[in-house]
Amino acid sequence: MSPARPELPVGLSWWRRFGNAAALGASWVCAAVVIVPLALIVWHLLAKGLPEFRLSFFTNLPKPVGEPGGGMANAIVGTLILVGLGGLIAVPIGVGAGVWLAEYGRGRFAALVRYTADVLAGVPSIVVGVAAYGLVVAPMHRFSAIAGGVALAILMLPTIVRATEEVVLLVPRSYREAALALGAPRWRAIQEVVIPSASAGIVTAIVLAIARAAGETAPLLFTALNNRFWSLQLDQPMASLPAFIYDYAKAPYEDWNRQAWTAALTLLFVVTILSGILRLSLRRSQGGR
Amino acid sequence: MTVDTFPTIRTALPEERKSPPTPQAAGQKPAPPRIAMRDFDLWYGATQALKAVSLDIADRSVTAIIGPSGCGKSTLLRVFNRMNDTIAGVRVKGEATVSGLDIYDSSTDVVELRRRVGMVFQRPNPFPKSIFDNVAYGLRLLGIRDRAELEGRVQHALQRAALWEEVRERLSGSALQLSGGQQQRLCIARALAVEPEVLLMDEPASALDPTATARIEELVLALKASYTIVVVTHNMQQAARISDRTAFMLSGKLIERGETRELFTRPKEKLTEDYITGRFG
Repeated sequence: MSPARPELPVGLSWWRRFGNAAALGASWVCAAVVIVPLALIVWHLLAKGLPEFRLSFFTNLPKPVGEPGGGMANAIVGTLILVGLGGLIAVPIGVGAGVWLAEYGRGRFAALVRYTADVLAGVPSIVVGVAAYGLVVAPMHRFSAIAGGVALAILMLPTIVRATEEVVLLVPRSYREAALALGAPRWRAIQEVVIPSASAGIVTAIVLAIARAAGETAPLLFTALNNRFWSLQLDQPMASLPAFIYDYAKAPYEDWNRQAWTAALTLLFVVTILSGILRLSLRRSQGGR
Repeated sequence: MTVDTFPTIRTALPEERKSPPTPQAAGQKPAPPRIAMRDFDLWYGATQALKAVSLDIADRSVTAIIGPSGCGKSTLLRVFNRMNDTIAGVRVKGEATVSGLDIYDSSTDVVELRRRVGMVFQRPNPFPKSIFDNVAYGLRLLGIRDRAELEGRVQHALQRAALWEEVRERLSGSALQLSGGQQQRLCIARALAVEPEVLLMDEPASALDPTATARIEELVLALKASYTIVVVTHNMQQAARISDRTAFMLSGKLIERGETRELFTRPKEKLTEDYITGRFG
């Protein structure tokens, strides 16, 4: 028989139970509050944007004030082009730099790169716009889609660099060792084993960067400007949804204000669809895992 | 000291398993050792991890390296395929050869060395790729692109690793869906696919359950016919079960080496005796 144990009080005292319940309740409320802003935004966008959310909005060009049936086809395509240009520049450089930092990044130069990326991430986007103005617009003597793409690329870069570095560092050392032990030179181990293993995280980083860049307005004001007409020329000013939202929301015309809401709703859709496509293509490329 | 003191180790020793006949006894010319080391030193920065290690490893045999944690046994293993190269600040001195190839000579091609000396790690580490692509990885590194040849060699390697029957229907499935024991046999197949001469195993069963461990041990005994196998292990019963020769290391020094049965039943060194009787380590 087991020896008798001293009596322990059964259960918790009422004030401990009350404390537990209060703390649990408070953290639940905090968690719920996180959802509120996004829910409010989506609700507002749907309520105000849906009335104008029809096919003509996606196929027509902007029309003068008072004329019904105006759309933003050029701005939707323009946003896609600008974000695409930005991604085209920022993704290879950012992923390359991130992989380098993770695999070889020791010493002063690497510390400088990390520090620069962190500072760049904190630079206000309007300052980035001014920089792109100086870099591209001033020498070209013209606002252009290219300048807008460069501005967005600068904005995407730090996110992609640091997130890529982090996810590459998360790849287990044992994967690298396995590849090296089979005789793989280091670059092939990185290219064929490390980067594919980190690809889900890298794509997440790219999606985050693109989602952020797609909504940027300030850097586009000095670079891509805006365009009320249909233009696919990269050396000309280009329309974008954020620029239209900005113009239309502050305009004193009620029909433009309504279209600004619809443009905002559309931008939300564009970002969601873009990230959906990226994630799907990743899953496809990983062979249905 | 007699073996009766340690019933667990004695039962682990296979009955009547004679150590392989020495070449002299068989009246043949002594075969050169597959791996030879003379007065080998290795430093990690200022810390000396291997101290004047001399060791010969015979062809087609299983050698176990035992010793407490941090004694340098994994470091020694990683000399043979130069995996220590990946650590910054490693310096070596002394002679070490595999099949007559000077491991640390500047003209030695590390890629070729690692093709000849395969390695299996402590934790199963299949790539997050398909089963086929895992085994084919080393072959593709060698530039083999022909699909039929790849398939033949992958199948052969999987058969040797006693995994073929379990995975033949799902070669394109992810390697990560296999059980731990299967993953480790897949890693063995991956190492065998490039036809190495030597197979290094760094505690290959320490992350596995007893059944999977037993399968790995059977596999090691079967592979001995074709490969020179060096196993690092914490588990003295395992060393006794699978190895022909055992080397005992302590603080970077090779204390004693010899026939496994001999070393476990009649150790010559006091330190060896203390370790295998569990007085430390």
